[in-house]
Amino acid sequence: MPPENFTPLASRGRGLRRRAVNAAAIGACVLAAALILLPLALIVWHLLAKGLPAFGPAFFLHMPKPVGEPGGGMANAIVGTLILVGLGALIAVPVGVGTGVYLAEYGGGRLSAIVRYTADLLAGVPSIVVGVAAYGLVVMPMGRFSAIAGGVALGILMLPTIVRSTEEVVRLVPQSYRHAALALGAPRWRVLQSVVVPAAWSGIVTAIMLAVARAAGETAPLLFTALGNRFWSLALDQPMASLPVFIFDYARAPYDDWNRQAWTGALVLLLLVAVVSALMRLTTRRIAGH
Amino acid sequence: MSGSATVAASPPGAATRPSVAVRARQAWADRACHGLLAALAALVFAVAVLILYETTRGAGPAISALGWGFLTSTSWDPVAERFGALPYLYGTIVSATLALSLALPLGIGTAVFLVELAPRRIGEAVAFLVELLAAIPSIVYGIWGVFVLAPWLRSALEPWLIAHLGFLPLFQGFPFGIGMLNAGIVLAVMVSPTIISLSREILLSLPGSLREAAFAMGATRAEAIAVMLDGARPGLLGAAILGLGRALGETMAVTMVIGNTNRISPSLLAPGATMASVIANEFTEATGKLYLSALTEIALVLFALTIVVNALARLLVRMTMGARRDIAGAA
Repeated sequence: MPPENFTPLASRGRGLRRRAVNAAAIGACVLAAALILLPLALIVWHLLAKGLPAFGPAFFLHMPKPVGEPGGGMANAIVGTLILVGLGALIAVPVGVGTGVYLAEYGGGRLSAIVRYTADLLAGVPSIVVGVAAYGLVVMPMGRFSAIAGGVALGILMLPTIVRSTEEVVRLVPQSYRHAALALGAPRWRVLQSVVVPAAWSGIVTAIMLAVARAAGETAPLLFTALGNRFWSLALDQPMASLPVFIFDYARAPYDDWNRQAWTGALVLLLLVAVVSALMRLTTRRIAGH
Repeated sequence: MSGSATVAASPPGAATRPSVAVRARQAWADRACHGLLAALAALVFAVAVLILYETTRGAGPAISALGWGFLTSTSWDPVAERFGALPYLYGTIVSATLALSLALPLGIGTAVFLVELAPRRIGEAVAFLVELLAAIPSIVYGIWGVFVLAPWLRSALEPWLIAHLGFLPLFQGFPFGIGMLNAGIVLAVMVSPTIISLSREILLSLPGSLREAAFAMGATRAEAIAVMLDGARPGLLGAAILGLGRALGETMAVTMVIGNTNRISPSLLAPGATMASVIANEFTEATGKLYLSALTEIALVLFALTIVVNALARLLVRMTMGARRDIAGAA
């Protein structure tokens, strides 16, 4: 019989090693989380440090100035981004919400399976490929770059997010709501229109805003659809300026002043995305508390 | 037409039960509603088909003029109408692989931290910050990569790599700051939210009894985590491949930091170009039908590549999590 407190040396050594491995593994995971967040902190810091100096009302209200003249803003690009995203939403929201409701309510058949797969596939298509397709579909027939082409490209990019999120939130509406409405004698379409969609509405709005926030930051599909414009233009059949394309052009230019403005533009773009995301969080919280 | 109107229109005796005519009309309205929604759904399918059709049609002239040589030739000379996409294919695959090899260990480590280690409050905060990272537009990553990361790489990291690891062909050459390494790092940051959120969902979907059984056998925390990771393996592979798909198609940030030269260099410090970046750079300036068509063919190849990669990733994730959860939200 071994004496009390006997532990074989070998196992004690292994115990130490196991403890060391344990500590190292846990430390590595914590370090990984910290390293992932480091770029976020750095990006936000640099955006504020380099973007704030030129940040002010003038940036939102003034037009871009020619090279060499200090000051100027990106008023046309900010308005252009809002218009382009609005156009995209105009295309994507009816189609996306309708499709999402269809998948949730009539979603057992073959068409649904195909559409669900298509939406997943569209979500994975690189945005630049959507830009090339929009160029062929809209710019070529029209014969020129236009805001409409940019809106079409952004709309296609918004679709998958809206479709899949709408389907998810419509599915969350309790079955008893539908049964109650049907028991009262309401036809199916009436149930959808007056019960199911209103019940899921805040979730659908969240999905739309998520898609809008993503589309607002897209650059690649606009490069050869909406192109860009140094002047004030609200015409939908003409090239239109957008914030991301402006930032891209200004960041590549060999002028310090333009580079500074690119930083400010990036800060404004991030604020735009953050505001939309914050609105979204508020609505999601309302659903959670509902 | 509204429900109350139809009820009011029916004869007084039948107020509780709609007449045959009203019911027939309601059935018609139901079918119309179903049809309308189905048409919208079919439209989504049509959009995907249109994208495929348009890129294929646009690439037609290049495919018939250049054949398979398009994918194996390295010379890209628009003036002489010689188009070889191999440097771009190479740049895309190398930058995406580099990004993945940086993002995968960090991403899975962070997911393990979120699921297994972090107290609830801290875990929620970190998950929120990771979501923020995913919300930053590509162009913002690009501007940061050019003006902040590149100078640091040029003056600090790359000279160090050349001095200490310069015997490897990977780290030879001149420290440009701009190039494959910069693109890989920026891409790694950009795809890590995808990998983290998906890995996290996969780890959460595993039965907790797996962990408890490991602890009951006397396992340390790290050993229990290893058991969990083992169970999650196909799903984690799926998360990695989905991240790869993201990295392959990423355009703006890469275009800004990769340097845009169509040379194949074994060194990670050298500038290069990707399929997405060459389209972004040259598409608007492409003069000549064949030039435009060649760029469209690159888009087609990129499209096909991402379809294959995404399908593979989804298959692997489904295998682990079962069909009950879908990854659309996480992706």
